[in-house]
Amino acid sequence: MKFRKPPESAVKAELQMTSMIDIVFLLLIFFITTFKIAAQEGDFNVKMPLSGAGGAPTDLTQLPIKLRMKADANGQLADISVNDTISFGQDWAKVRAYIVQLMGDSAGPSEEEGPEVEIDLDYNLRYVHVVEAITAVTGYRQGNDVVRLVDRIKFAPPRKP
Amino acid sequence: MRKRKEHDYRIPEPDLTPMIDMTFQLIAFFMVLMNFSQSEQNDRVTLPESELARPADAPVDFPITLHVPSDGTVVIGGITSTLEGIRPLLNNEISLLQAKNKGASDANIIIRAHRDVPGGVVQDFIRKCQDLGFEKFTLRVKEDQRY
Repeated sequence: MKFRKPPESAVKAELQMTSMIDIVFLLLIFFITTFKIAAQEGDFNVKMPLSGAGGAPTDLTQLPIKLRMKADANGQLADISVNDTISFGQDWAKVRAYIVQLMGDSAGPSEEEGPEVEIDLDYNLRYVHVVEAITAVTGYRQGNDVVRLVDRIKFAPPRKP
Repeated sequence: MRKRKEHDYRIPEPDLTPMIDMTFQLIAFFMVLMNFSQSEQNDRVTLPESELARPADAPVDFPITLHVPSDGTVVIGGITSTLEGIRPLLNNEISLLQAKNKGASDANIIIRAHRDVPGGVVQDFIRKCQDLGFEKFTLRVKEDQRY
């Protein structure tokens, strides 16, 4: 007897994609729920060596510009004064204009040269006003460029309540 | 001759290939942007804004991030502490630096303080860090979206 080979099956082997699609969607849902959009952050660099290091400047023209900020009972900014003489209220634009006037035609700031600003604040003054002060004395935007004013910033000793 | 109509009983199946491609694209997108590290962010801190804030051109060397929420506590490396308890945490960081033959003066203290925290509290933390030899401080702020 001649045994005939059964004809080979022409069924195409297909991969089952259902499970993979399920896992892929689970991963996608995981990543979407854990994704967090954070605002871009920038830095202000402040170099503050050990307290008392450096000593007093010999050149009187290099004395730091003292920026005094007073707070009200709620921690909001009440008054800004420079070198304990000139009061600017709460107007940072005037403070910046005064800094520009003090800078005069001198060259741009550097870490070693240029004026220094000492920020003296009331203990309960909110930190947002400290950042406003640093922004006002560090520079200003002119179109897409940033004009640098003062690069050396330090803090006065804290005024404990 | 009578011909019988041949009915095709197969269920029409839509082609899912483009959808799977798009799904893989989305997964790749989120995987690239995913950041599991909590050291750079803290939900309890709302940073103040500044028009001069721009991201640094290069990564900060030996960063140590201090998160200061509005209640005046501090979070270092995921551990919440008060002003009095910050010393051991900073000493740990100094030990890690010394293992790399570096000191406190080489580290950069990144301060992420809440906008409403008293400025004196931030000054106190800076002073505590200075007492341990840290010299470089970075005040982190949010970029002002208007510019």
